[in-house]
Amino acid sequence: MTTWRVARLVAAKDLRIEARSRVVVNQVLPFSLLVMVLFAFALDNDTVLTRVAPGLVWLATLFSMLVLVQRAFAVETADGALDALTVAGVRPSGLFLGKAMAMAVQLVVLEVVLLFAAIVLYKVDVGGAGIVLLVTTFVAATTGLAFVGTLYGGLASGAKGRETLLPLLMLPVVAPVLIGATRATEAALGTNGASPSEGWPWIGLLVLFAALFGAGGTLAFGTLIDA
Amino acid sequence: MISAIMSNSQQWPYVIISYVVTLGGVGLYTWRMLAKARKLGKQVPPEERPWT
Amino acid sequence: MTTPTAPNATPNDTVDRRPTSTRFTRALGFSALIGIVWLVVFGLFLSPNDLEQGVSVRNMYIHVPSAWLAYLAFIVTGIASAGYLFKRTRSLQWDRIAGASAEVGVLFMGIALVTGSLWGRVTWGKYWTWDSRLTTTAFLFITYIGYLAVRDLGGSHHQRARRSAIIALFAVLEVPLVHFSVKWWRPLHQQESVADGKLSGLMLFSLFVGIVAFTLLYVWMVLHRLRTLTMQDIVDDRGLDVALAERRAEGIVS
Repeated sequence: MTTWRVARLVAAKDLRIEARSRVVVNQVLPFSLLVMVLFAFALDNDTVLTRVAPGLVWLATLFSMLVLVQRAFAVETADGALDALTVAGVRPSGLFLGKAMAMAVQLVVLEVVLLFAAIVLYKVDVGGAGIVLLVTTFVAATTGLAFVGTLYGGLASGAKGRETLLPLLMLPVVAPVLIGATRATEAALGTNGASPSEGWPWIGLLVLFAALFGAGGTLAFGTLIDA
Repeated sequence: MISAIMSNSQQWPYVIISYVVTLGGVGLYTWRMLAKARKLGKQVPPEERPWT
Repeated sequence: MTTPTAPNATPNDTVDRRPTSTRFTRALGFSALIGIVWLVVFGLFLSPNDLEQGVSVRNMYIHVPSAWLAYLAFIVTGIASAGYLFKRTRSLQWDRIAGASAEVGVLFMGIALVTGSLWGRVTWGKYWTWDSRLTTTAFLFITYIGYLAVRDLGGSHHQRARRSAIIALFAVLEVPLVHFSVKWWRPLHQQESVADGKLSGLMLFSLFVGIVAFTLLYVWMVLHRLRTLTMQDIVDDRGLDVALAERRAEGIVS
């Protein structure tokens, strides 16, 4: 069985589990919307909110991602499913790519919902000029986040006392994504007078990040989940 | 980068604190590390230590 | 299988008061101490005040060396981690070097952040600011605290080594990020003033003394920490042997 086939099967499995249990839809999405609302309470200023909306969207995404990653690996550690897969000789790289793909899909759904929430709650204006940049940003950032989340989620899953390690390990690492995605989104939406052309260098950073963690994760995942 | 904020005599305390924190931090870490080494040394006789 | 020696056997008193000491480290430690003394003398007394920054320039003689040594320490951790992961050179010694260097690195990075903050309070009026270098440095600091936490996750020594080696290889990429962040976005932090050559002779010398002293100190600390970790691993292994021996003994008696 090729790595790619393994990846597709694992991704399909994860998404099917989500379709049946609806944990992301019922719990993670409401949580992320709640975060957006709490930001509004804390900042309490319409002009400020519109200005910082891109950053808030990605911040809410990162916080929700922590829950998403925990969930992605909770389904594996229950009944020792991950161990069973490794013992069965499933290639870890395929496992990594599959879980990352499923996570990317869930992340994109999350981000789109958050973007709409920003339009409604923070009065964000999505003009036509930056649409291509916006979509590219979402794709590039999501890919990187999915790779990092799967990699570190694999490490932090399993034995007791490890789940609390995930935020500490992951958040510093995804800081470049937060910065790059926020700046690119600002450029795409024209916040603070930024023009779409200023956003493309940040896309470069996001793509580099995704490539790095995609390659690194594929190589290292097997070692990290090995107990 | 001109420091019109403080006069020289006002700046000295900051510098002193810097040096104290640095040397104190290093000293504290070293002290605790050597104490731990002494404790472990009682359990690992010299023959078993790769550097002696 | 050797039976473990009694835990309180102390054949030689001086050897045991400083179990991680060797002639080399004693010489090294002495040199480091001299270096620190010189640093204090030059830094606080003999070097002149800066025309623009006044007295607070003296912060530079410890802030800059501690930051550089932190970067060096993290790079060493990265190299040692790679050394462990390569099958041909695999040895737990590499893993312990990585751990020891990371610990000392975190210490120096913390010192760099504190001294930098005090320096900033005088020069810019604030203890902290979100410019690119400070932000990325703060992330670097937290990242390696996370690395140290991963080392304590338990399991066998090799599991610890494998896990933390991978984390270290990703983490070390943040070091060039810190360095280049000043060029890429929002710089408030001083641009490379040493390269610009704006420092006078005596100030440059004091900075040089600081770097040498801290480097000696770094090597000395890592050596001692490394040996302590080695002893810890030996004791851990022995604990396992004792437990196994006791278990087997139980079977025989009954």
